[in-house]
Amino acid sequence: MRSLIDIKDLSIEEIDELIVKANDIIENPKKYVHACDGLKLATLFFEPSTRTRLSFEAAMYELGGNVLGFSEAQSSSAAKGESVSDTVKTVSCYADIIAMRHPKEGAPLVASRKASVPIINAGDGGHNHPTQTLTDLLTIHREKGRFNNLTIGFCGDLKFGRTVHSLIEAMSRYQNIKVVLISPVELKLPSYIKHDVLRAHNIEYVQTTNLEDVMPTLDILYMTRVQRERFFNEDDYVRLKDSYILTPEKLVNAKEDLCIMHPLPRVNEISTEIDSDSRACYFKQVLNGKFIRMALILKLLGVE
Amino acid sequence: MIVDAIKNGIVIDHITAGHAMELYSILELDKLDCTVAVLINVPSKKKGKKDIIKVDTLLDVDFDVLGYVDPNITVSIIKDSKVEKKLEMKLPSTVTNVIKCKNPRCITSTEQELDHIFKLTNAEKKIYRCVYCESKAK
Ligand SMILES: [Zn+2]
Repeated sequence: MRSLIDIKDLSIEEIDELIVKANDIIENPKKYVHACDGLKLATLFFEPSTRTRLSFEAAMYELGGNVLGFSEAQSSSAAKGESVSDTVKTVSCYADIIAMRHPKEGAPLVASRKASVPIINAGDGGHNHPTQTLTDLLTIHREKGRFNNLTIGFCGDLKFGRTVHSLIEAMSRYQNIKVVLISPVELKLPSYIKHDVLRAHNIEYVQTTNLEDVMPTLDILYMTRVQRERFFNEDDYVRLKDSYILTPEKLVNAKEDLCIMHPLPRVNEISTEIDSDSRACYFKQVLNGKFIRMALILKLLGVE
Repeated sequence: MIVDAIKNGIVIDHITAGHAMELYSILELDKLDCTVAVLINVPSKKKGKKDIIKVDTLLDVDFDVLGYVDPNITVSIIKDSKVEKKLEMKLPSTVTNVIKCKNPRCITSTEQELDHIFKLTNAEKKIYRCVYCESKAK
């Protein structure tokens, strides 16, 4: 019985399989409406994340399955001090698969070692969030038709953004990938990722503080939020935040087929004027998130 | 300095000089009833100085712990005053409850009964990471 705890648990072939399956679901939704008849997904959210939970629940309902669970620790037995192990052992009696979000890093791994059903990590603190990475991968593949030969720009908070770290790690396994890192000096990509991931895979990368300079080279632009609380003082924040807000002016020299992504929720880092631009893919990402979760649920449940 | 030869026991040799007492406490040798000899700064051809621990009983030691603390160590098992086996230590691929994860965001910080398990992720640099949160062992 398999679980998905870390995106690195999946081989390139398994990711390809999931992409193929998600594309088939998108093209032939009728084929899957009863795929999970009589099966139940438990969403155990020890910390709230409405977005991720709704995506999992919508995925299971579209497969004909049912959903049970809780959306915050206060309403669960964890509030009474029950261990993760005991909670999942109990829930394993009711559900066929579990999607779990937890504020503590490694909690889903603990769960997967104790549960008798597959566990999907729906985010463990600032650590892993593999279904977000799968969502990003499906979006890249649907927009570009390939994972090889791409120049990907990551813009904003590259220091704390776990979605950025995981996607860099996932993309570094493909051929001829170039990475462009665009951030204020304060929020640069941590050096261990440059060393252990980019250099280890011989990935060509550029580091810059200026988005417009590198814009023409990008096939994909992955935007993230620059959060106020990451800065030591308000002045720095005010000075820097606008440099990392995407506006139509900054897109003047961008490629015609640029794909603009964002893990959402956005605050103001992408101007709403861009929403109607055909290159804006962030709302498509939301939809892709549901489809890739459907593919993942099918795979882990062993349903064809 | 002469320490009596062991009849049945183990000799932990080639310990990097100065590390014997650390091993002594990790292996909880203070809890043993038998004779334990800790030799510090013994002249060594290879290393100049080394530490040695001799235990006068066939103690069942965790070789992974020894390998983690010092992969240069050798362990000789002595039976009837003869060296029955000589073992070379190596860096273990995982160690359980030897290193404590200090990351306050790690699940091990709230669930006390969990084993603290660390995996070797870079043998060259001897980097171990917590299996739960991937924090580096300090
Ligand atoms: Zn840890």
